[in-house]
Amino acid sequence: MAHRAKLVAQGVAVGLVALLFVLLAWTLLTEEGGDLAAAAARGERPQAPDFTLERLDEEGEITLSSLEGKAVVLNVWASWCIPCKEEAPFLEQVWQQNRSRGVVVVGLDAKDFRSDARRFVERFGLTFPIVYDGPGASLGGYGVTGFPETFVIDREGKVVEAFAGAVNAKEDRARLRAALERALTS
Amino acid sequence: MRLRALGVVVGALIASGAAAAAGPPNAADLEAELVCPVCETTLDQSTAPVAQRMKSFIRLRIAAGDTEQQIKDALVDEFGPGVLATPPKSGFGLLAWLLPLVVLLAGALAVGLLIRSWSRGRATAEDSQPLDPQLERLVDDELARFDG
Repeated sequence: MAHRAKLVAQGVAVGLVALLFVLLAWTLLTEEGGDLAAAAARGERPQAPDFTLERLDEEGEITLSSLEGKAVVLNVWASWCIPCKEEAPFLEQVWQQNRSRGVVVVGLDAKDFRSDARRFVERFGLTFPIVYDGPGASLGGYGVTGFPETFVIDREGKVVEAFAGAVNAKEDRARLRAALERALTS
Repeated sequence: MRLRALGVVVGALIASGAAAAAGPPNAADLEAELVCPVCETTLDQSTAPVAQRMKSFIRLRIAAGDTEQQIKDALVDEFGPGVLATPPKSGFGLLAWLLPLVVLLAGALAVGLLIRSWSRGRATAEDSQPLDPQLERLVDDELARFDG
């Protein structure tokens, strides 16, 4: 009896440890996005994780995959983020200059109050579509670690270039414009 | 008489507790129960810009007369349920409260059963073990010497 109970206890302990390993492996395998920017930097074109998020600028939602056929500049921002304020006018400029060529700039406001985000949009006169992800659930797929981050996505929904931090320096802005051309010609 | 006095004291305590619960929520308590979505520590330990904004939101809502639950609901609506430091005591969140208790009880039961089976096994093993004939003879000799 004692031997059997001991065996059962050992079995349960081994089972628990195995379960923890399975959970760890599952977490590591399903964690996307961490390498997305690195893959884009290597010249690969990883698929941009899809999302459906509510719009802040008007009623309704936007699903990223519904924009296939267009080049997308996806900008992750928040109203409390200071560099986001600095790059906002440039993004509006990119939108105004390229929207007729099949480019959509999408602002993804995350970890923010809706009211603050709307004030930010109004203050900087942003006219491109803005989606809202308060909990930031969509950020993990993109491997976003800070604000802002920008992704240039081609017509097939693949990431051409990723920018961690504000696209403010002259060379970064040139890099974004070049990435946009590549995204349009894919 | 003593029972009546005790009843009065208990009644007064319950009434004061209810009055405190009905009063305005405490900002410091709320800050300890809500999590900054950026740094993922409780608001009272965070200096992140969004945490500062959340703190000012809490104070504004308290001043506007909102209850603790209304403030929490508003923040969950903005930042999702992850903003709560403790999971809700309803729906799926209830599992987080019950599971540790279930595991604890199961563990205690398992330990109890193990101890019982071990002590039983040892007792029966000791009882049923035959004595070595040589040793038995020695014991008998010693006992005979004492008796003699």
